[in-house]
Amino acid sequence: MSTQEVAIKDPAPMSSFSKVDAILARHHYAPGALISILQETQEEYGYVPPEVLNHIAKKTRLRPAHVYGVATFYTQFRLEPLGKQIITVCQGTACHVNGSEMILAAIAEELGLQPGETTPDGQFTLETVACLGCCGLAPVMMIDGTAYGQLTPDKTRRVLNDLKTKAAQTKKKA
Amino acid sequence: MQLFRAHVLVCGGTGCTSGGSQEIRARLEREIQANNLENEVKLVITGCHGLCEMGPLVIVYPEGTMYTHVQPDDAAEIVSEHLLKGRIVQRLLYKEPMTEEQVPHYGDLPFYKKQHRVVLSNCGYINPEVLEEYIARDGYAALAKCLGEMTPEEVIEEVKKSGLRGRGGAGFPTGLKWSFCRNAPGEPKYVVCNADEGDPGAFMDRSVLEGDPHRLIEGMLIGAYAIGASEGYIYCRAEYPLAVKRLKLAMKQAEEAGLLGDNILGTDFSFHLHLKEGAGAFVCGEETALMASIMGERGMPRPRPPFPANSGLWGKPTNINNVETWANIPDIIRRGGEWFASMGTEKSKGTKVFALTGKVQNTGLVEVPMGITLREIIFEIGGGVPNGKKFKAVQIGGPSGGCLPESQLDLSVDYESLTAAGAIVGSGGLVVMDEDTCIVDVARFFLSFTRAESCGKCTPCREGIKRMLEVLDRIANGEGKMEDLELLERTALVIKNTALCGLGQTAPNPILSTLRYFRDEYVAHIQDKKCPAGVCTNLLTYSIQPELCRGCTACAKVCPVGAISGEIKKPHVIDTEKCIKCGACMEKCRFGAITLG
Ligand SMILES: Cc1cc2nc3c(=O)[nH]c(=O)nc-3n(C[C@H](O)[C@H](O)[C@H](O)COP(=O)(O)O)c2cc1C
Ligand code: FES
Repeated sequence: MSTQEVAIKDPAPMSSFSKVDAILARHHYAPGALISILQETQEEYGYVPPEVLNHIAKKTRLRPAHVYGVATFYTQFRLEPLGKQIITVCQGTACHVNGSEMILAAIAEELGLQPGETTPDGQFTLETVACLGCCGLAPVMMIDGTAYGQLTPDKTRRVLNDLKTKAAQTKKKA
Repeated sequence: MQLFRAHVLVCGGTGCTSGGSQEIRARLEREIQANNLENEVKLVITGCHGLCEMGPLVIVYPEGTMYTHVQPDDAAEIVSEHLLKGRIVQRLLYKEPMTEEQVPHYGDLPFYKKQHRVVLSNCGYINPEVLEEYIARDGYAALAKCLGEMTPEEVIEEVKKSGLRGRGGAGFPTGLKWSFCRNAPGEPKYVVCNADEGDPGAFMDRSVLEGDPHRLIEGMLIGAYAIGASEGYIYCRAEYPLAVKRLKLAMKQAEEAGLLGDNILGTDFSFHLHLKEGAGAFVCGEETALMASIMGERGMPRPRPPFPANSGLWGKPTNINNVETWANIPDIIRRGGEWFASMGTEKSKGTKVFALTGKVQNTGLVEVPMGITLREIIFEIGGGVPNGKKFKAVQIGGPSGGCLPESQLDLSVDYESLTAAGAIVGSGGLVVMDEDTCIVDVARFFLSFTRAESCGKCTPCREGIKRMLEVLDRIANGEGKMEDLELLERTALVIKNTALCGLGQTAPNPILSTLRYFRDEYVAHIQDKKCPAGVCTNLLTYSIQPELCRGCTACAKVCPVGAISGEIKKPHVIDTEKCIKCGACMEKCRFGAITLG
């Protein structure tokens, strides 16, 4: 996914605010567009760096506390960098009834992660979501936009191991 | 227009896409070309058919043959057998779970037979990315009728006559809401579509957004005309990337065709539509929070009145409706309010889309006339509970709804009956639970959800839900007291009566309804220290049945704490002191020798 690649390629994006400035200009510095601005910023950097929050506040003439308040209210925004691949496990009702706890436990064990954490190598981030909207396939997890449905702990481990192998291969090539 | 002798529909909904439907489409395309059929057979990517569990789905018209669980490698056979030789590929047909009988025709499936599709009538038939396909199915005819022949007042009258009530949860009469906003002073006026669909276990709005986006746009245009609004917003949750993409495309197409923007269809009616993506907060589905979010603020609800109809976006009159509510409008205008009112019950008219999930044979989207019974939905359309398990409860309406037992299944599905029974129609999530589902665990599940999603503004919701959850945790851990049940009921009533917004006011419903119908199960946790469904880990012990154990050692190998011991080919035993109750052994055992109790 493009967003995460940017975050990796560009480890010091804060040296200039040109990318955020382009986003801000596109929204005419309107305070009402704050959420869209934050969304596009996150799209650009993979997360919302705290320095950028201050910059956005300055340019939209909002108080930094207000911008920070909005950024932390919504679960979508992250103030820390994400892993290259994001694993989102559904914790919705249909998934819960069909054993999503066991899926989460299997991932936690396989990758040594709790929800919200990233592996030390920066490869995987584990997140939970209230419903992915494919409840017919419960239990479900989504990795980089692909939904994996009707999971069992075993199937989950297989998917993760495939991903790990692939990640190791790309690393070798690079 | 070119005529084709056959249409091949490939489902492009989220479920089927994750099952590889894009690859299937590519392979079918190649096969069709290889057999020189491209002038005879048309390949269409459609929205969701609703039967996600059987996906990826491919349907061939004119016969209406439905192929299930299709793999890319099946493409060649479908083309050479069905499209060239006219022979149905038997092995890919849907099989009746009970009788193993094959069902070749889409419409004959029990899942579809009892349904009555209005809102979903195009989902799965048309390519949602092509405006002409919507128009070919009478799309935008209702808009033309409104602009050409009807005054705004007549449009509102027609909607009132239909008896349509809001599908977003509360069931407020739509026509009445429109007239409030029309009559409110202030300019400009806004219309808003609530596409936040935050209820976990519900995905009907998603299906309309992904499968028939122009229907929503047409509904909003008609509403804007009737109310006198010139600006509109669709607030769609960001967790639905495909829906966002299709909406953006549809809006662009409508603008290019002169259906959105200034002087629509050559009249002096102008309407500009914008899309806002949510950022992940359940409470933003509440209308005042949603408006705050559109304006770039934290999505916190505020007390009403003033209602949005008087003071909404930027203090101006605003009308908010749910996706499904808007999607009903074009048909009401085209076919008349009376036609719509002929379906349903006395006070609940028309059809409702439900997302049927959980422990049920056929999961998916079902659209049924109001007034149908829960039993018909779960057992006739849904095919009942799989694996010979016993039905225990059905949860309706998500975190604001309730759990109903077997004895309530003959209830008519309408706003009044369900509310009287302690549940709500809500957004339309129906989650079926079987004997393996623990009711205390379900109640806990919903409360942890509402606790996490509470915005924290009002005390009853912020503190009260937390306290109730603590009590439930106690009960699930076997540390509950009988007085706890009374405490739960008392706290629930206080929260219900004092919370600021609908989130808090309805959060106790899952607890109250389970206490009403499943009290025994709470008592079993408290007095017998037992979880009858075998879910609450602290009340369970794993053990190996010696007569079933073959001594294969699989369980001992998988146990992360080394709690299982035994010799090869001899029955093994679990050391309950060491066991952390992870369940890995039970999952691994091929002989069903490990039990929970
Ligand atoms: C906590 C909470 C969450 C809600 N979530 C939604 C939602 O996801 N979608 C929706 O259409 N309505 C939701 N509603 C209801 C809306 O506040 C509002 O009643 C509805 O959008 C009105 O549209 P309708 O009249 O067409 O139903 C929610 C209400 C509350 C209190
Ligand atoms: S509950 Fe998991 S996808 Fe809806």
